[in-house]
Amino acid sequence: MTAATNAAGFPILSLITWLPLVGCLVMMMVRGDEATVASNARWTALWTSLLVFVLSLVLWVRYDPSEAGFQFNEQVAWLPEYKVGYSMGVDGISILFVLLSTLLTPICILSAWEVIQTRVREFMMSFLILETMMVGMFAATDFVVFYVFFEGVLVPMYLIIGVWGGPRRVYSAIKFFLFTLTGSVLLLLALIAMWLQAGTTDIAVLLHTTFPAGMQNWLFLGMFASFAVKLPMWPVHTWLPDAHVEAPTAGSVILAGVLLKMGAYGFLRFSVPMLPEASAVFAPFMFTLSVVAVIYTSLVALAQEDMKKLIAYSSIAHMGVVTIGIFTFNVQGISGALFQMLSHGIVSAALFLVVGVIYDRIHTHEIARFGGLGDRMPSYALVFMVFMMATNGLPGTSGFVGEFLVMIGALQVNFWLALLGGMGMILGAAYMVYLYRRIIFGRITRDDLRHILDLSPREWAVFAPLIVLTLWMGIYPSSFSNYFDATVGAMVQQHAAALGGASKLAGILPAAGGITP
Amino acid sequence: MNWTLALPEIVLSCIGMAILVFGVLRKQDSTLLSTMFTIGGFLIAGLLVLTRTSGFGFHGQFVADPFSAFNQILILSGAALSSILALDWNRTQGIARFEFPVLMLFSTVGMMIMAGASNLMTLYLGMELMSLALYVLAAFARDDLRSSEAGLKYFVLSGLASGLLLYGISLVYGFSGTMDLTALRELLVQPENASPGLVVGIVFVMVGLAFKVSAVPFHMWTPDVYEGSPTPVTAFFATAPKVAAMSLLLRVMGTSFASLVGAWQILVVIVSIASMLLGAFAAIGQTSIKRLMAYSSIGHMGYALIGLAVGTSDGVRGTLVYMVIYVFMTAGTLGCIMAMRRNGRAVEQIADLAGLGSNDPALAMAMAVFMFSLAGIPLMSGFFAKLYIFLASVQQGLWTLAIIGVLTSVVGAFYYIRVIKVMYFDPPAQRFDPRPPSLSFVVAATGLFTGFFFLLPAPVVAAAQAAANVLFR
Repeated sequence: MTAATNAAGFPILSLITWLPLVGCLVMMMVRGDEATVASNARWTALWTSLLVFVLSLVLWVRYDPSEAGFQFNEQVAWLPEYKVGYSMGVDGISILFVLLSTLLTPICILSAWEVIQTRVREFMMSFLILETMMVGMFAATDFVVFYVFFEGVLVPMYLIIGVWGGPRRVYSAIKFFLFTLTGSVLLLLALIAMWLQAGTTDIAVLLHTTFPAGMQNWLFLGMFASFAVKLPMWPVHTWLPDAHVEAPTAGSVILAGVLLKMGAYGFLRFSVPMLPEASAVFAPFMFTLSVVAVIYTSLVALAQEDMKKLIAYSSIAHMGVVTIGIFTFNVQGISGALFQMLSHGIVSAALFLVVGVIYDRIHTHEIARFGGLGDRMPSYALVFMVFMMATNGLPGTSGFVGEFLVMIGALQVNFWLALLGGMGMILGAAYMVYLYRRIIFGRITRDDLRHILDLSPREWAVFAPLIVLTLWMGIYPSSFSNYFDATVGAMVQQHAAALGGASKLAGILPAAGGITP
Repeated sequence: MNWTLALPEIVLSCIGMAILVFGVLRKQDSTLLSTMFTIGGFLIAGLLVLTRTSGFGFHGQFVADPFSAFNQILILSGAALSSILALDWNRTQGIARFEFPVLMLFSTVGMMIMAGASNLMTLYLGMELMSLALYVLAAFARDDLRSSEAGLKYFVLSGLASGLLLYGISLVYGFSGTMDLTALRELLVQPENASPGLVVGIVFVMVGLAFKVSAVPFHMWTPDVYEGSPTPVTAFFATAPKVAAMSLLLRVMGTSFASLVGAWQILVVIVSIASMLLGAFAAIGQTSIKRLMAYSSIGHMGYALIGLAVGTSDGVRGTLVYMVIYVFMTAGTLGCIMAMRRNGRAVEQIADLAGLGSNDPALAMAMAVFMFSLAGIPLMSGFFAKLYIFLASVQQGLWTLAIIGVLTSVVGAFYYIRVIKVMYFDPPAQRFDPRPPSLSFVVAATGLFTGFFFLLPAPVVAAAQAAANVLFR
């Protein structure tokens, strides 16, 4: 289907990736007093990111969902003597994440419109650079290019947390940087080992390269170090609550919306398809960590006094569900994981925006400072309700589809896995409803809340697309799952074939190939 | 006797002497002019290096090949960048004398001779010429106690290292009967010729060279000399002499003693690991940015030595690429450090950088690029330097080196990003004085190289490959 991919003959993925940097250049050239520069930076950033989003819709329209492989391929020689090329392409796994990144960036820029008053230009530049890194990472089809973008994300995010963050921003920024870097460098070693083994870093080739079983285990551990920190999995999750609490709202949104998906994306793109035997060996280990994450972080979330921390811990729990889904190695599990990632990308991003709305007015995340907001802010209460229900997995919202599919997938592996993983849904409902009650219901007792204003038109503009998407994904999920069905199907088949008659997985494999909805 | 092979060195020496005469005869201050002439001399020498033919000269004492050309060009670049940096600095610090560029020039001649040495005696002569000029340069701010201390310290310790090197050379000569690098290589192909005395000699030679690249445990002089010397001299110390000494290590170990790799590889591995560890951990507690850079350079030499420890053509290529990237990012960082001046006085505490991000966004951005690059964060050149090195070491199964290397780079990242934290997250301190254009030029040029190396790495890598192939014919 190459005719349908790059028919126009222009490198659409590179354009989406690098266009934000052009926006940065424009901003750098503006001269004038601070107010001019700031307003110019805001508009340039918004228009650039909107343009990028519109361009990325071309992918949405022109992508051929029946094809499992990479589409919109681009290839330029980069380090020819090492057989490393700057190559780009999207398949069913990555295309929706590219869209998620391009969607959330303008929303973040819009949400930071009035809040960020210091060094506006630098803030907007950081966001556009971050967009380049995120899109480049999801669109890269070369391992080295992927790695470059994967680590490159650290730089703008470090600055966003550290410059525009809360009181403990320095500690959080450095912790974020060092945690993720430690994991990443071990991924680099795994990358180099695979590179030398396969002689190339083209992901499409690596996907069909068989690595020796002994080597696979080490490679898996190297990748695990990186992706588990990024995801984050228990017990290396501790950077996330700190980073979330201190980051400015827009930073939290992109962190929860896209950056957390990078780890899961790494597992799906590299660990599972390239190292099938090691993945099977480590699956019980991954399940254990995921179940612990789901239950432990949900309980921790229940006890939080800080709204952002609560949502941060709930993110870890939700990502635990994602890893359960990925390592079931069946169509339902992996599709569910992907759907859950997308849903979480939208819903948790929206929840951080919801917190941001009242933070902008009262300047605190402390739950006890609020109460009875429903009286003064009815629209806000409604928006909050939608996303609270979505994160709980209420049927009809996006959260339901992903969790439901993961549970189906998990049931085929092990009843207890499904049961314990499903505990997250119950506990999630508990802490979210409890949070909602404390913030929205009751009577207003604080004086400063008596004059709090409801959502402004700008805030409606931020929330409207997210609400639409949440409901759309919940009511008609196949318009999204359609994109990754073929790719996931091919991946599961290949995984089963790679394991062949491996007896240790006899219980899982028939189910993986057999049940198709 | 093919003396034209040494034409770049000869021409550069003649230019140096001419500048000396010119400086003495001219009555007014001629620092600016002699610096310009020196930089012109570097350019001419560079062109001559690029255009000369390959071969042996002076009865095998001197060699011109892609390997020596690669290193000589890099040495000249480092020296030229340092001379430009020195222009304004020496004037404002009141140490502007026309001898300064001349000393740099002669030191550079010594380094070029080192890079082109194919005989242990040539090697020694080149190194002494380099060191003699460096002693004076380190103590050039003669009214400053720290500078005098730096000069003296470097003189004493470097003299000791030279003695060790000379002793090693005499042992090698005594047990093999030759000082010619090619002859040594042919001799040592037969393992029975590798007598214990010769191996001891090799160790001494290695110690002498390790001192010059400031690898642990021969690094003790580095922080004090870096801190005490005038900053342009620090920039010079951190770039050109490192390249010269590293090229000698590669040539001597990689060709002459290549057959004895089993004997010296473990030493290089230990020195490399020790340098990486010390460079990473000792830098954490530093408050002076110049001392920080000293420990950083120790760490970087540890990474570069991995390429030697690997002992393959890929490893040597990795080291050469590493040196190129290292020279440019280090020169740029020291350029930024030189911009740290308040009311005409140089300040060099890390805390003095506070709020640079809002006081001088351009300088802060350049410094951030260098810091991320030194830390090895992708898209900056420093990442590619490490990538080539780790690639070579994993290829040869040296996993210990690779794992320690990546982990120490995380520790190193801690103090590099702390500098960025001070610049961007801390409340602004008093502004720095306006930057002189010469300094902005160096910072911009090296910053562009560091930030955009990823766009076109192929030429540098190809040149390094050609140079590395010479050693593994």
